[in-house]
Amino acid sequence: MKIILTLLSAVIFCSAVFPQQDDELAKSIERGKMVYSENCITCHMGTGEGVTGTFPPLAKSDYFMKTPENGIKAVKFGLMGKIKVNGVEYDNMMPNPGLGNDEIADVMNYIMNSWGNSSDKKMVTEKMVEEVEEKK
Amino acid sequence: MNGKTSILKKYLPVALGGLLMTASVGLMSYNNATDSPKKSIAESDLKVDTVATGLTMPWASALLPNGDLLVTERGGKLRLVSKGQLDATPISGIPEVWYKGQGGLLDIALHPDYKTNGWIYISYSSPKKDGEEGDDGGANTALMRAKLKGKELTDIQQLFKAIPNVKGNVHFGGRIVFDKKGYVFLSLGERGQKENSQNLGKDQGKVVRLFEDGKIPTDNPFVKTAGARPEIWTYGHRNPQGMVIHPTTGVIWEHEHGPQGGDELNIVEKGKNYGWPLITYGIDYDNSIISKDTAKAGMEQPVIFWRPSIAPCGMTFVTSDKFKDWKGDLIVGSLKFMQLHHLTIKGNKVTKREVIFDKIGRVRDVRQGWDGNIYVVLENSGKVVRISPKS
Repeated sequence: MKIILTLLSAVIFCSAVFPQQDDELAKSIERGKMVYSENCITCHMGTGEGVTGTFPPLAKSDYFMKTPENGIKAVKFGLMGKIKVNGVEYDNMMPNPGLGNDEIADVMNYIMNSWGNSSDKKMVTEKMVEEVEEKK
Repeated sequence: MNGKTSILKKYLPVALGGLLMTASVGLMSYNNATDSPKKSIAESDLKVDTVATGLTMPWASALLPNGDLLVTERGGKLRLVSKGQLDATPISGIPEVWYKGQGGLLDIALHPDYKTNGWIYISYSSPKKDGEEGDDGGANTALMRAKLKGKELTDIQQLFKAIPNVKGNVHFGGRIVFDKKGYVFLSLGERGQKENSQNLGKDQGKVVRLFEDGKIPTDNPFVKTAGARPEIWTYGHRNPQGMVIHPTTGVIWEHEHGPQGGDELNIVEKGKNYGWPLITYGIDYDNSIISKDTAKAGMEQPVIFWRPSIAPCGMTFVTSDKFKDWKGDLIVGSLKFMQLHHLTIKGNKVTKREVIFDKIGRVRDVRQGWDGNIYVVLENSGKVVRISPKS
C-alpha cells in the first residue's frame, strides 16, 4: 500500500512538475518492480542487499550505479566469472533471464531508483538496451 | 526471528542427545572394530573428472549404456558427449521450448528398461498451443518420450502437458522419475502462482503420476474427486527440482525450492498435501510473511528444511558399492552456494548434513550412473563432472 502510495504520489508529483519524461520513468519503474519480483528477488533479495560473498548487492552497488551499462549487460546476456562489488569479490553465475529489451529497461529503472539508488531522473530506454552488445 | 529461537530451544536438547548418541555409537564401533574402523568418506578420498565441457547452461544428464552422455541445455538443445568429446551437432527432434526466465529444456531420464525399449523421457517448458487453457504467450511443463537413432530423436510422443499455461517466468519443476512398477512421475512448479498449489483443478505445484505411455492411472488419488485433475499424485509443492526413488522402500523423495529460508526435503506419498503456501518455514523474498503457520493438520511436514535456503537442485540416493560409507544416503546439489551436500539417512530421517565439494559450481543435476559413479551437471562452467573414489 505504502509503495503504491509513494509511487502514485511520485507519478502525480512528476506529472505536475515534469510532464513528459518523468511520467514515463515512473511508469517504467512501476513495471520494473514486477519484473524484479519475478526474476531477480530470490537472489538479490527484496531490498537489493544480495547475499554477501554469494550474490552481489544492487542497492548502493558501485559496480551497478557507476556504470549502468554493466547492469544492462548482466540482465541482457547473463553474467559469469569474477566481479568486484563494493570491495567484495563475487565468482558466481547469473543465468540470462531471457527478458525483452523493454522489460530490461523497466527493471533497470526500478533498480536504479530503489533502496537508496537514484538515477537523477535519467531513464534507461528500450533503445539504449538494444544498443548494448555482448563483450567479445 | 522468534520462530528461529523457539525452534532452537525446542530441538537443542534433541540435537545434543543425538550428538551424544552418535558419539557413543561412534566410540562403540571404534572399540569393536578389529581392523579398520568405519570412517566417513572424505573429499580427499574422491576424485572429480570432467567428462563433458563446452555446454551452454546444461540442466540434466543421462549416462547411456555405451558410456556416452546425453545432456540437456536449457536453451533448447540436446547434446551428445561421446568418448569425452561434445558432439558439435545437437541431437535433432527436440520440440519448440519456451526459453525464458527459468524455463527451457529441462530434465532427461532413461526408461529403467532402456536397453530393451530405448525410451528416453524429456521434460521442457512448452509454449501455449491453440486450444490449450491459459495465458496467451504463456507456457507450462510438458513431458515427451522418444528414441535415439544416431543423432536424431525418432518415435517422438508427447505424453503430458501441465495445465494451465502461465505467462510468468518462474517455477517449472520438471524432474522425471520412474518407480519400476510401470509409472512415471513428473514434478511441477506452481509457476509463481502459489495459491494454485492448493487447487486440485490445476497442475501447478503438483507431482503427477502417469503410465509410461502417458495414460492416466485410474487408481490415482483424485480420479474420483469432482473438479480435480486425475493425474495429480500429491499437491502443495512450490518448485520441486530434485526427485528420486528410495532404493529400498520404493517411495519418492523430493526436494523443492521454498521461499526465503524454506527449502524442503519431502517424502512424497499418494494423495498427500505438502502445505505450500498455507504452511512454510520460510518468508517471502521481500521479507513479508506468507503464513504464520509451519504445521497444520492434514498437511505433511518436511524431513528437513534448509535455513538459509541453499536452492536445492538435483539429488541422488547413493546405492553404489564404490561409496560404501554413503550407501543409502542422499547427495543434494546447491545452486546458490555452489556445493554438494551429503545427507546421512536413517530410515525416514536425516541424521547428519555435511557440505562436500564447496564451490564446485552451480549444481543443476546430481545422479548416480549405472557405473556407480556420481555425475554432476554444473550450469556456470558448462561441464559435467564425474565423482569417483581415488585408487
